[in-house]
Amino acid sequence: MGKTITEKIFASHQRDIPSEENMVLDLDVVMCHEITTPIAINDLVERNLDRVFDPDKIKVVIDHVTPSKDSKTALQAKILRDWAFRNSITDFFDIGKNGVCHALFPEKGFVRPGYTIIMGDSHTCTHGAFGAFAAGVGTTDLEVGILKGVCSFRLPQSMKINIEGTLPEGVFAKDVILYIVKELTVNGATNKVMEFWGEVVDAMDMESRMTLCNMAIEAGGTCGVCMPDRVTAEYLWPFIKDQYTTIDAAVAEFETLHSDADADYTDELTFNVSDLIPQATYGFKPDEVKSVVELEGTPVDQVYIGSCTNGRISDLREAAAVLKGKTLAVGVRGILAPATPLVYATAMEEGLIKIFMDAGFCVTNPTCGACLGMSNGVLAKGEVCASTTNRNFNGRMGKGGMVHLMSPRSAAAAGIKGCITDHREL
Amino acid sequence: MKNFSGSVLFLDRSDINTDEIIPAKYLTENSKIDLGPFVLEDLKLEGFDPQRDVAKAQVIVTRNNFGCGSSREHAVWVFEVNDINVVIAEGFARIFRQNMFNCGMLAIELPAPDIDAIFALGTDVAIAVDVENEKLSAAGGGNTLELSLHLNSFDKDLVRAGGWLAYADQKY
Repeated sequence: MGKTITEKIFASHQRDIPSEENMVLDLDVVMCHEITTPIAINDLVERNLDRVFDPDKIKVVIDHVTPSKDSKTALQAKILRDWAFRNSITDFFDIGKNGVCHALFPEKGFVRPGYTIIMGDSHTCTHGAFGAFAAGVGTTDLEVGILKGVCSFRLPQSMKINIEGTLPEGVFAKDVILYIVKELTVNGATNKVMEFWGEVVDAMDMESRMTLCNMAIEAGGTCGVCMPDRVTAEYLWPFIKDQYTTIDAAVAEFETLHSDADADYTDELTFNVSDLIPQATYGFKPDEVKSVVELEGTPVDQVYIGSCTNGRISDLREAAAVLKGKTLAVGVRGILAPATPLVYATAMEEGLIKIFMDAGFCVTNPTCGACLGMSNGVLAKGEVCASTTNRNFNGRMGKGGMVHLMSPRSAAAAGIKGCITDHREL
Repeated sequence: MKNFSGSVLFLDRSDINTDEIIPAKYLTENSKIDLGPFVLEDLKLEGFDPQRDVAKAQVIVTRNNFGCGSSREHAVWVFEVNDINVVIAEGFARIFRQNMFNCGMLAIELPAPDIDAIFALGTDVAIAVDVENEKLSAAGGGNTLELSLHLNSFDKDLVRAGGWLAYADQKY
């Protein structure tokens, strides 16, 4: 019997087998942000264990509420900042250099095929786009990861998801993953790694693959993963060029990680997306998904473009293509949060920021922002947001608010028209 | 080990998510105890009043995929500081389940018929969990159910150790 990519990564990182059902893995990267890490830091200090297993393997960012909005978030930032300095963690990103963790860390080259990665953040599954095993964990797992460089997992099960056909014009990775989450339900991939295969995935760039893997957790998945290939190698080349003589050599090594043809899967599913049309959520669960045609005319008060799902440069380009020369409908507020400083700077160079501003958008600094209603962009009771984020839970963007998840093009179109619409008709 | 017995709070719905258990706006607290008053604040269930109902309970019995969504361990701590150390469900989201055992608490998975049977005991139900012998008794409405349960040996070790940090600090 062959092995899945996850089984191969587990085997090469095995530290301990504490029971028949569990494995303790050595970690390559432990990522930290200011919401879930400070309580771990305080606990380590109280236990007289204020140290880190390897400062170079810990990557730290303040991203959820930044710049700090009040005394409590200022304290969270300070706890994280002080800890990073006293433990000689050099990859620490504060205002001016910070951005949404799952956009910033890949951009910095911190994610590599075959790596084991944890973070106290459920959307850590994003990094599986690089052929890594990357999982969201709680604060205690994070604390042990910081201290010992290990994390326990139940032995992985994997499902194989083939995405076949050709993605139609105007339909994106976001539409694909919304459709898959709808089909699987919010519990369909619980305790499983979701492997994404097929010609559609092969043709996707890294940003689209990150969007795809980002929402694996919305089906309950432990991690979303794409097989690392030439696209992966080319994205990472500036960071790995000293390790390999050629891109071909990198690709050849990456291919040894690929799941074997006779690997064991709990499920194997095939989706043909050639006829897929833009999708959006309508309820308070991410599997409550309909086409934008079915939701046509649903009024919106706010449009939010950003987040670890869709705040990257390709997302801004798509939204700007819809917005160019147009303005937001009367009464609609638009917020753009470029996910990282590089995304922001690139968008300025390309003239995209001007397009957003001319359309009437407010442009914020890189931050998680409105996505989880912790800092800016919070909805009032009864208000509706067309959002490029990943969660539509009740109260997520503000108590009594409603969030419709969709692609950047669909969100931009909703802003112009004042309601959910099919952007392809604009 | 913590206390794993007491009165039951029934939450009769699947897919209860972490934002319903503890909304994100409270994640700015740097102390577990300060989370306490906000438990299940955004959970809308008919007849359920978190302020009134949580105070009486030490055990939660619910349906499937409990704790889905965010990785926030706050969703476990908010129960811990309200003296609820056991959640019994048909199934859990992976991260929530691990967070429970990492804190030395119990996330017990039972087959749907067993969950149905506990719900059928009525509204005034008490449960006692015997970790070592992997069984529980549920009493209510003049009836008592004795149910067996499976605990993975590693999860049991975490409960005995009082959580993953204590276990890992000793072993690795």
